[in-house]
Amino acid sequence: MSETSALTQRHEFVLYFDVANGNPNGDPDAGNLPRLDPETNRGLVSDVAIKRKIRNYVALAKGEVPGHEIYMRDGATLNLEHKRAWQAVLPEVSKAEEMKKLPKEEAKSRALTRWMCANFWDIRAFGAVMTTGVNAGQVRGPVQITFANSVEPVMPLEISITRLAATTEKDAEDKGGRTMGRKHIIPYGLYRAHGFVNAPLASHDTKGTGFSEADLELLFEALSNMFEHDRSAARGEMATRKLVVFRHAGALGNAHAHELFDRVKTWRQHKGSRQPIGDEATDNWPAARSFTDYAITVDRENLPAGIEVIER
Amino acid sequence: MAFGVRLQVWGDRACFTRPEMKVERVSYDVMTPSAARGILEAIHWKPAIRWVVDRIHILRPIRFQSFRRNEVSAKASAALADRAMRAGSTQGLGLVVEEVRQQRAAMLLVDVAYVIEAHFEMTARAGTEDTPAKHHAMFTRRAAAGQCFHRPCLGTREFAADFALIPEGAPLPASEWPADEAERDLGWMLHDIDFAQNRTSRFFRARLVNGVMDVQACLAEGTIA
Repeated sequence: MSETSALTQRHEFVLYFDVANGNPNGDPDAGNLPRLDPETNRGLVSDVAIKRKIRNYVALAKGEVPGHEIYMRDGATLNLEHKRAWQAVLPEVSKAEEMKKLPKEEAKSRALTRWMCANFWDIRAFGAVMTTGVNAGQVRGPVQITFANSVEPVMPLEISITRLAATTEKDAEDKGGRTMGRKHIIPYGLYRAHGFVNAPLASHDTKGTGFSEADLELLFEALSNMFEHDRSAARGEMATRKLVVFRHAGALGNAHAHELFDRVKTWRQHKGSRQPIGDEATDNWPAARSFTDYAITVDRENLPAGIEVIER
Repeated sequence: MAFGVRLQVWGDRACFTRPEMKVERVSYDVMTPSAARGILEAIHWKPAIRWVVDRIHILRPIRFQSFRRNEVSAKASAALADRAMRAGSTQGLGLVVEEVRQQRAAMLLVDVAYVIEAHFEMTARAGTEDTPAKHHAMFTRRAAAGQCFHRPCLGTREFAADFALIPEGAPLPASEWPADEAERDLGWMLHDIDFAQNRTSRFFRARLVNGVMDVQACLAEGTIA
């Protein structure tokens, strides 16, 4: 239950994060190889992978704060939460059959979803389908995140590793106690994702989730810090490098999102010279291996009226 | 058709899921009229109006890509819920996300661009102050300024759509539709869901003629529910 009122300004953001010697997002279709766009060889990170990390950060940072529970958490029991909502709002309903459909009276169903939104940060942000058996309605959240693409093609490597132990006795006999495994890494990749915060879905009378200014601040904090708490053998070194936020004066927005996104540009740099990504001049440059091989600029010239740029 | 609008939309990826292949999602070849209506409604909609999609221009070649994600298949059985309820305990009712993990592939469209030609009709819920001119002006003003109620998407929310209004009289954007392909039969395709008739899905025979799907002409051949 947030203290501040619901968000009334539209936002867009550009998120840059990088990976060094790690696998930012494995592809279940390709034996856990890093995801690749087969046409461009650029790396991909799915929207849900990013959202998982945001949820994990919020659970870690605000786990004990009321109203910041995480619905889709590891090991969560979804229907338990639905039932809690029912009992908080409609204690008189006790039959499962009655719970299967939304209550006919709109007010009751709205009270239900409002309770879920007030208690769960991720439902307030991303929305949730709560029609699983015990029905608590559907919510569309204001925060919308797209796939992240690497700014240049990436080259996944397969690293073979050995382990000086075996899992089964048979392995121990056959292989002399040694087993081999594989790791897939990207030596270096800078990724860019786009996000949207649709203010009307936060503050609308009936459709709004009540996502507040404080929630937005927490979202940006999560985007900046999420990789700091997601260390693992597979990920390597990942870090958020830049977050550029466009704040619109109004709920409906004051400019085209694609024009704002175009203002954020990525460059290659090498020995003091800077070139656009993919420029011919960069053809014989060595491959990028650190964030210093890139530069990010934000064009603030002639910003449309009502647009504020926040870099963090 | 006095108050028609033309909106260009584009994006890196799109998924207009075929209802018959929705577990492992497979996109239709092109945007469905219902998805086009959703995009228009994301920019401007009131209960007083109903958007009608007339034509969809496909500006880029149709290409697919596969993408597999970890998803949740959480759907509890009502019987189990009932039993737990009678026992007065929620023990065993819950679903652990890791245990109901599903990996689902999606066949996505890549690098899409369309022009939606549409108009709106007034509904029975229109008040005296709702004139077609007013709603037309509101839509065109918002679309031209990049405003939207919520970010329109190309089928699913992770595929956000960029949009631009094509002003009246302005030419259509250049199309990369292969010049040698005059006609393509897209088969039966979802037109829209009829919410008045208990959410019946209505299908129509979609045809592309020189990269243009004339929805109204196709509808004239009849629909099936």
